[in-house]
Amino acid sequence: MNHVPDILRILPELILTLTGVAVMLLEASWPAGRSRRPLGWVAASGTMLALWASLGQLALPMGTGFYDTVETSAFTIFFHTLICGLVLVVLLLSLDTLPENSHHQGEYYALIVFGAVGMCLLTGAVELLLVFIALEISSISTYILTGYRKETARGPEAAIKYFLLGSFATAFLLYGIALIFGATGTTQIYEIARLAPTAPNHSLILAGMGLMLVGILFKVSAAPFHVWTPDVYEGAPLPVVALLSTAPKAAAFAVLLRVVYEMLPTLRPVWSPLLWVVAVLSMTVGNLAALRQQNVKRMLAYSSIAHAGYLLAAFAGLGNSGIAAASFYIAAYAAMNVGIFAVIAVASGYDEKLPLIADFRGLIYRSPLLGSLLIFFLASLVGIPFTGGFLGKLASFSVAMEGGAVWLVIIGLLNSGLAAAYYLRLALAAAQRPMDENAAAPAPLVGVAVGAALLFAVVATLVLGIVPGNVLHATEANAQTLQAPPAQSSAPSNTVVPR
Amino acid sequence: MNAINNSILTMILLLPLVGAVLVAILPDRGKLANWIALGTSLVTFGLTLHLPAHFIPNQSGFQFEVNWQWIERPAIFYHVGVDGLSLWLVVLVGLLAPVGVVASWKAIKERRKVFYALFLVQQTAMFGVFLSLDLILYYCFWELSLVPMAILIAMYGRKNGPKAALKFFLFTFIPSAPLLVAILWLYAQTGSFNFATLQTQIAHGNFGTWPLFWVAMAFLVAFAVKVPVFPLHGWLADTYCEAPVALAMVVAGKLGLYSLLRFHIGLFPVQARDVAPVMVGLAVVGILYGACLALVQRDFWRLMAFAALSHLSLITLGIYGLTLMGCEGAVYQILNNGVVEGALFLLLGVLYDSFSTSEISAYGGLARKLPRTATFFVIASLAMIGLPMLGNFVGEFLILLGTFTGVSKGWAIAATLGVILGAAYMLWLIQRLFFGTESELATSMAPEDLRAGQMAVVWPLAALMLVMGVAPGLWLPTIEKSAHLPQSAERWKGPAVAPPPAPLQSAMPVSADEERQR
Repeated sequence: MNHVPDILRILPELILTLTGVAVMLLEASWPAGRSRRPLGWVAASGTMLALWASLGQLALPMGTGFYDTVETSAFTIFFHTLICGLVLVVLLLSLDTLPENSHHQGEYYALIVFGAVGMCLLTGAVELLLVFIALEISSISTYILTGYRKETARGPEAAIKYFLLGSFATAFLLYGIALIFGATGTTQIYEIARLAPTAPNHSLILAGMGLMLVGILFKVSAAPFHVWTPDVYEGAPLPVVALLSTAPKAAAFAVLLRVVYEMLPTLRPVWSPLLWVVAVLSMTVGNLAALRQQNVKRMLAYSSIAHAGYLLAAFAGLGNSGIAAASFYIAAYAAMNVGIFAVIAVASGYDEKLPLIADFRGLIYRSPLLGSLLIFFLASLVGIPFTGGFLGKLASFSVAMEGGAVWLVIIGLLNSGLAAAYYLRLALAAAQRPMDENAAAPAPLVGVAVGAALLFAVVATLVLGIVPGNVLHATEANAQTLQAPPAQSSAPSNTVVPR
Repeated sequence: MNAINNSILTMILLLPLVGAVLVAILPDRGKLANWIALGTSLVTFGLTLHLPAHFIPNQSGFQFEVNWQWIERPAIFYHVGVDGLSLWLVVLVGLLAPVGVVASWKAIKERRKVFYALFLVQQTAMFGVFLSLDLILYYCFWELSLVPMAILIAMYGRKNGPKAALKFFLFTFIPSAPLLVAILWLYAQTGSFNFATLQTQIAHGNFGTWPLFWVAMAFLVAFAVKVPVFPLHGWLADTYCEAPVALAMVVAGKLGLYSLLRFHIGLFPVQARDVAPVMVGLAVVGILYGACLALVQRDFWRLMAFAALSHLSLITLGIYGLTLMGCEGAVYQILNNGVVEGALFLLLGVLYDSFSTSEISAYGGLARKLPRTATFFVIASLAMIGLPMLGNFVGEFLILLGTFTGVSKGWAIAATLGVILGAAYMLWLIQRLFFGTESELATSMAPEDLRAGQMAVVWPLAALMLVMGVAPGLWLPTIEKSAHLPQSAERWKGPAVAPPPAPLQSAMPVSADEERQR
């Protein structure tokens, strides 16, 4: 009864891959000049199927497949569901915001889906080489997507920057993996966890961990590895930013959780202070820089850096309490961030008519729906109660406080008070009466697909803020999966590592 | 009846939200939003009246209590209840809601849906603050109350709304960050956000002196900003100038004062006693400073702001005098202040709607054209000054007497001076607005006097001022019996070492000790 076909362990990834391939082939055979929107719907349906498949994996016993390289557990299912949900929202958003005549639209949808394959695989991988490959799959898709607006100068510039710095960071990760392999003789995470405490060359493991952390922290855009974020966000099309700022980060945080809590729990005295410093740096640098921004996308880029900092505060928690808090924070952050970028994408359009904060003046007068939604998501980012943002922060900081990191909590909450200033600037601009009522542009229409995407984000943010019970249980399960001693968690596997 | 008692608080909290959702989803047609908001706020007010009707005055502790688990980890409960302290404040919020709707009836002409939806959310938030007995739940409502306020100030500001909104929000939001740190610290030590549990634990002295000092300080500062207490009042004048009338009448005072009483003195009696001399000093400075500034204002919103600072400082004096009489008078005065400010703001709003200016010098001689407005304005002003037979007199008298007998004669005399100045600026305001020669503005326009709807609101408020002045016995016993105020004068002279259920006792021997120190 223990025998689970390996294929089921990667069912969501498989579905996504097939969807991506199907979209690419359809694009090639689609008559030129015809609208590419149906391709977007194909991608969205495939993602929905993958989402359903991820939830279906709950029925599988926890364990690994494909020679102990891929795991299915509460942890992976949580992140699969989250990532598929985010990709779905982004696809729906793109359906209504990409202009009808933009070329390569089929490839755009395919790339988003391929990116999702990488991100999903990243959260399920328990073999460092697979982690690396998955990271590359997801990164390469996002590099291309960043430069999607070739007609602007900013798009390709952002893509090149992202590609160069991203490759550099991945190289760090790979080097780290190599060092850890050198010290333990394996790249399997459970095996490393078993061997690392007794490995003869301790400093090699430390160096490997440090390099790996650099690579991962680059992906989550934590300071001091954040410099690419504002430029890339500014150049990429808005729906892509909605994706970039959420799904790959969620996946990277999943890897971070796995690396520190499952692979190297014994090195806690080393990584805990490191992450403490990174957390404080991220929130402070992010917020201080965001205060000075006039461009909405850059401001939100810095805000996402600050949020990475709040999230990292959870890693100061006692024992494994940080896992649940961090997972919850990721979900809350993703819901509100994808929501706010969706609102901005609709209000501002594909050609970004409203780049500056001041341009949003009077949005609530022009379009009460968009204006209210913008303020709602901003409120969540500020951390106003009854939204996901508040409970996320509360979860993160309360575990940090229990872990004794009083100063981290003080710095963090003062930061979040400071952060209110720049979020509020945008919110108040939107609430202010327009300069000239007649000259104000007509309110952008909210299409069906975008409407669904926004509804999804609003409901998720509210559910996470008001009735978070189920999600909290899921995150507790996350903690337990990573807590399970590695030797046991590989036991239910039906395959034996040939060594 | 039992079923109602168990769910009444939840209904009070939810009903405005239901109204807000209704306003938000129904089409923006004519005055539909106004009517829904009015209906909702009237029904909610009716519900709040259930509380005093079924409140058992002799029973200590919380009544109508509901305690459900909201979130498992961290352990947050939906824990609500009322006692003598919050009972009448809840009714006051309920009372001021329809007043606010009537005050905005004509003033708010565009985006009514947004306005009334947010106005109703604000009601829920304020009810929540007074009802919550779980610190995080309380914090949630406390923060929530900032949002509709800030958005509405930005949307409907008279001159520079966004600036005032930003000021208001940051002034109150940033100090609440240390408050959350303090709450989380308490949770990390005790594993509970429950008010009663924390009160017991703190009374048992389970914490270090210094951490507790800082925790208490974080609570104090967060609340003092919201009151506002003297050096922290920077946001008040701008907010009064820019906020829509319906929100200006509730923005200052009761939330902060209640929180000081419940969560600062209630949780940290020892620390409160330590800072009491400072708070008394600041309060007296605030009384005089506010009154002096009110005297020289040229804009009536700003005048009201500094008048409010002066009056709220008097209440703070009553609270931190830490005498039974002072505390009792303070709570009573919060109620009086709410009623009087509600009426005054409504009437000033009528003037502003007709003349679109708040420059006092532009007015004059309006009594002949607006006899009803003038009459009620004089009544409300007299109440605010503290004329005997009207509500404020009782409250102010109790506070001053408490200060005189229990704290220090000097402070009491200084505070009384502020009350006299209060009469000066209010009477002068009346004279400049309604009497004297008719100004150009007044002759050039044909302003509209109070209409039926406004009369229907102002009459009861005026009647209430009178009833509160002649029959304070209807209110004071419940307030006095409230579990968190000293029950009798003898008990606070008792030994400072007290059993846990009455942690306030240790706070009370202030009168004797402090006086000797001076």
